[in-house]
Amino acid sequence: MEALIEEIVEPQIKHPDLHLDALDNLWFQVSGTLCNIACNHCFISCSPTNHSYEFMTLDQVKSYLDQSVEMGVKEYYFTGGEPFMNKQMLDILELTLTYGPATVLSNGMLIREKTAQRLQEIEANSIYSLEIRISIDGYTEEMNDAIRGKGVFKKAMEGVRRLYEHGFLPIITITKTWDDHEDQDVMTGFNETLKRHGYHRPRLKILPSLKLGKEIARSGGYDQYEYVTTEMLDGYDCSQLLCSNSRVATNRGVVVCPILLESPNAHMGETLKEATKSFELKDQACYTCYLYGAICSNFSSGATEA
Amino acid sequence: MEKIALIGGIYSNYLALQETISDAKKRGVDAIFCLGDLGAFGPHPDRVFPILHENDVQVVQGNYDNSIGNNLQDCQCGYTDPRDNFFAKISYDYTYANTSEENKRWMKVLPPEIRLQMGGYRVLLCHGSPRQMNEFLWQSTTPTHFLEKICRDYAADIVVATHTGIHWQRELANDKHFANVGVIGRPENNGETHVGYMLLTVKSNGAATVKPEFTYVPIEYDYQRLAKEMREEKLPEEFVDTVLSGWWTTCLEILPAKERKCGKF
Repeated sequence: MEALIEEIVEPQIKHPDLHLDALDNLWFQVSGTLCNIACNHCFISCSPTNHSYEFMTLDQVKSYLDQSVEMGVKEYYFTGGEPFMNKQMLDILELTLTYGPATVLSNGMLIREKTAQRLQEIEANSIYSLEIRISIDGYTEEMNDAIRGKGVFKKAMEGVRRLYEHGFLPIITITKTWDDHEDQDVMTGFNETLKRHGYHRPRLKILPSLKLGKEIARSGGYDQYEYVTTEMLDGYDCSQLLCSNSRVATNRGVVVCPILLESPNAHMGETLKEATKSFELKDQACYTCYLYGAICSNFSSGATEA
Repeated sequence: MEKIALIGGIYSNYLALQETISDAKKRGVDAIFCLGDLGAFGPHPDRVFPILHENDVQVVQGNYDNSIGNNLQDCQCGYTDPRDNFFAKISYDYTYANTSEENKRWMKVLPPEIRLQMGGYRVLLCHGSPRQMNEFLWQSTTPTHFLEKICRDYAADIVVATHTGIHWQRELANDKHFANVGVIGRPENNGETHVGYMLLTVKSNGAATVKPEFTYVPIEYDYQRLAKEMREEKLPEEFVDTVLSGWWTTCLEILPAKERKCGKF
């Protein structure tokens, strides 16, 4: 009788376990949670003073790159915080590009002339692609800086122009903070602004906002019913979920995905091998990934399962 | 078999298909294979099928063939850019409407892979990758160790694919090999109007090992006629531009940084 009452009061939610199909994407939390700015929608609340995760060293990165060979990893991603705050970042990229293609997720503000020159050399010396993704959240100074901070727009645009001048076609990554019906206007706005700032062949990528970290204060958190259940995965294409094909190396072990860094469930082990075990989808952010799917990877890595 | 012809996506370019087959025959190939994506992009999709049948071309199923054959809503390229989706839909709807029921049924049951033995080499022919029909294997985003694992996992010495639209090849460790044969459906985004296919030669030389040889063969065809027929069929001028100029104008989202930089748009 007691058990029955408990069941009525608090129904057992069954969260699905998702197994790793193949480790296609290896992420590096290369600047930890340290960032030169503090955006108000940051899902892991990165800032100049958030030392939850620290910079990774070249040696740490190399150890994971070596482990990744046997596992057949296809692409390497570098994120933070702001990756270019890591003083070894250029050496890390040079090394990575001897293993496979690399993508850096940056705010563009620290890409000065010398950095852009070195990036160009590193890219030219590899058979693999070096993608630079620059986060910009508004096509006007006003719109962007309200989210990312005062003066950020100008510096980010300078970074974009510099990259373009050094032969890169950065992917401008935009977190969606507007309504669906405004999509076309926002895209047009971005294209025009980027061209005006000297980037003549803009590539754009739109990301959904994740209701975690500081974004909770901005837009409100998840509703209590927003989680993934076993039934929801019936007939669902699980290759849409990042944890079916990715893991994140950090300065303190391997985590399941870049979004769940601060979740107590997210730590998977010290080595990539240990981290290949399946993952229980019990975090509410999994719901966003479920809805939008494969949001973190580059498009060229391929469409999801046929 | 010592020498085979490997043809990538045809995209309804039956004019290039005719030229390719006659070129391959002149070179004395033992067999001709197509790695799928028979329709899309070009005019009169049904004109491709009799040419394939008459010349005993063995065909692997591509994502386009899988979609059209199974009456799906789209080509399964999975574009996210609204402009790419707009043009992909025009192309798909046109191809679907102009493909006979008989040809749809034929495409539906095409095999997802073909395996061959050439000398001491186990050859695996597929569309995107052995593990996923619509996976893109670009030169600049496919690590060597990834391909070596594919060879291990799928028990193959030579793996051949298409799907991306741009050809390349790489020798792997332990005498394993990968080639993307490109496509004959449209030019390679390099400002030239020709298309091309790949010859694979494995010479048998008694017990001695002779490494397999991939040769990319550029194919000239009557692209002016193709452009004219595309216009008559009211296919988008953006597609016609590609045929006439050799530059891709749509579906650019799929290109990784290095390949994208080589193009004009």
